[in-house]
Amino acid sequence: MERIPILRMGDFLLVTIQVDMHDELAITLQDDLSERISKTSARGVLIDISALDMVDSFIGRMIGTISGLSKIMDAETVLVGMQPAVAITLVELGLTLPGVITALNVERGMKLLRERVQAE
Amino acid sequence: MSALSQQTIDATRKNEGHLLASWQANLDASGASRDSRIKQAEFEGQTREFLRLFLASANGSDTANITGSEWADVRGFLDGLSRSRALQGFDSQTTASFIFSLKRPLFELLQAQYASDASELAAQLWAVTELLDTLGMYTVRAFQKSREEVIARQQEELLELSTPVVKLWDGVLALPMIGTLDSQRTQVVMESLLQRIVETGSEIAIIDITGVPTVDTLVAQHLLKTVTAIRLMGADAIISGVRPQIAQTIVHLGLDLQGIVTKANLADALALALKRSGLTVTKAG
Repeated sequence: MERIPILRMGDFLLVTIQVDMHDELAITLQDDLSERISKTSARGVLIDISALDMVDSFIGRMIGTISGLSKIMDAETVLVGMQPAVAITLVELGLTLPGVITALNVERGMKLLRERVQAE
Repeated sequence: MSALSQQTIDATRKNEGHLLASWQANLDASGASRDSRIKQAEFEGQTREFLRLFLASANGSDTANITGSEWADVRGFLDGLSRSRALQGFDSQTTASFIFSLKRPLFELLQAQYASDASELAAQLWAVTELLDTLGMYTVRAFQKSREEVIARQQEELLELSTPVVKLWDGVLALPMIGTLDSQRTQVVMESLLQRIVETGSEIAIIDITGVPTVDTLVAQHLLKTVTAIRLMGADAIISGVRPQIAQTIVHLGLDLQGIVTKANLADALALALKRSGLTVTKAG
């Protein structure tokens, strides 16, 4: 079965979505990620969606849910690399993802994560 | 169906020089040819060219219908003429009178030609009238079409011109908005700004609304959308240029701009952007 890899980088987990997201894949990712966070007690999660160029309302909501659940499991979540078209679509769909931290690229996302974890 | 008779066409061809001269005189009298935007020689060339094409096409064809292939050359000529007139800024009346002022010389010619045959004269006059009217209407239509094309192109250009994204500093973009914000413009603005954010990797975008005349609920909603999209991409947005009247309107309308950083002018916004980037400006020496 197709899976989105979750990589461990020290205290952080790195999720890079490089395939077209479909509903089942999003649900699997949600399960896998929560599992991995509890197993590794990660302090931060970085989700890179720079390769994602199409979203629908379900995927949009899943992105929000994934960020929300990692935060509840005490891992800061940063969403990075959203494409302009995706941002416009989400706004038009009314999915403004309040509370989700965003960054322009992986490098800045990592910097942001380190700062936030250190601040705690 | 009425058609120009061979006799009419022959007579026209024979008196071409005279016809051209009186047509020209008519145009001169109406003032259409005495315009600095068009040269006298060019005008004469156009009348000669039209008469030549007209005679070539008129031979035996239906005068009420100029959509056929035999009129293709005349139509092409009129299209070109109307377009150039529209671009030069002439009005529709002047453009149409190019055709209509041919009527009088042609009528005089027919009168002389059919002086002894009243019924044939009437038939030929009707044919000429019908033909010239159709051609005149065609010219006006072509003229209008070119004008509409010009307007559409200008609108498009205006849309692009009015939304330049400028780089203020390394990592700081500014978007000075001028004019009313509608859905279509917001879309264009949002797309170009987000695209530039990706290209330049800028973390701060300043939207300056000094040039936006009014802010109502719809405009505020468009602004909110743009700001949210910028935030989703991982950059920050600052809105600057909130004039006192606009601030009052926003408060009176009860608009919620929470979570949006607003500044009174672009200088304040730039100062904030520099501060956030960890930069300070100091006086030299």
